[in-house]
Amino acid sequence: MSDLTINTHGDAGFGDYVALLKPRVMSLAVFTALVGLIVAPGSVHPVEAFASVLFIALGAGAAGALNMWWDSDIDALMKRTRNRPIPSGRVAPGEALQLGLWLSGLSVVMLMLSANIVAAGLLAFTIFFYVVVYSMLLKRRTPSNIVIGGAAGALPPVVGWSVAAGAAAPEPMLMFAIVFLWTPPHFWALALFVKTDYDLAGVPMLTVTHGRAETRSRIFVYAAVLAPVALVLGFTSVGGPAYIATSLIMNALFLRGAWKVRNRSEDEAAADGHAAEKSLFRLSLIYLFLHFGALLADKALRAAGVA
Amino acid sequence: MAFRKDHELHARRRSRNLWVAACLAGFAALVFGLSVVKIARDGPVQGFDHVARPSLAAQEASE
Repeated sequence: MSDLTINTHGDAGFGDYVALLKPRVMSLAVFTALVGLIVAPGSVHPVEAFASVLFIALGAGAAGALNMWWDSDIDALMKRTRNRPIPSGRVAPGEALQLGLWLSGLSVVMLMLSANIVAAGLLAFTIFFYVVVYSMLLKRRTPSNIVIGGAAGALPPVVGWSVAAGAAAPEPMLMFAIVFLWTPPHFWALALFVKTDYDLAGVPMLTVTHGRAETRSRIFVYAAVLAPVALVLGFTSVGGPAYIATSLIMNALFLRGAWKVRNRSEDEAAADGHAAEKSLFRLSLIYLFLHFGALLADKALRAAGVA
Repeated sequence: MAFRKDHELHARRRSRNLWVAACLAGFAALVFGLSVVKIARDGPVQGFDHVARPSLAAQEASE
């Protein structure tokens, strides 16, 4: 028996299962959920907060595993995703499905026990939205896939908020709106400089279906809508001087970057190796991190009695 | 006859099993911690055992 046959199904390393949970996507969910939890009114015992964030992360991971199970056929076709655990043969599809389903159930039930039923229901809805609405229904059908699918990525701060506060409020909805509006320009900036063979896999990407020029202009439109929404959060109960200052600077930078990307021709972009698109993508990551980080800073300022 | 030398596969399985064990242990510890926090929130807890409980006796006496 050769090593090749031994290395297939059933003997994946632990790291392969971790990879199924999409740890990088998970980190965004964890961070925004944690901020939502911390800035919400009401206090949560540190052990409960830790457990709740852990189960939110696990739920996000479960959704990632189910997404990898569903998409393994197209992942096998694209160079960027060919090495994922399922298409590479390290994990059997049924194994990923089981892991995803069990972790979904476990995370929702445990979040209900550690926090409350509202948070658990929202987590279940997030998993459902990402797996069924985004992966199964939208991804292969419409170039609006990431626009609508972005709702799944935008829900974690709302889940985190409801762990502490348990009720609907304008603040978590604004946090939702920020991540929701931020997602399309973030991914489209990436789509402009990463040559992924989406067309080979039959996934409609805006850059392919509507052209790159249209993608550039939509990036700017979303950035322009995002800016006022992001600023408004600064004037609610969770905002403060740190957030408003951060938001003003970051939105100005983001709009400037999006405007630059909007007005470039493909020749100009190719000439400098898509420098503006790459820097807009990097900026988008910093944008989100600093916005949520500033909420924490304002919370600390309020706790210290400064603001 | 001595056992054959472990294949790389065995090392991989062993490491996977250890990680799974660590996850389960962590989960058990977390559930225990959560239980302690949630139960302690409702104040002191007394079990219905067969030990004399003066606090109850004092209550009855005052009634």
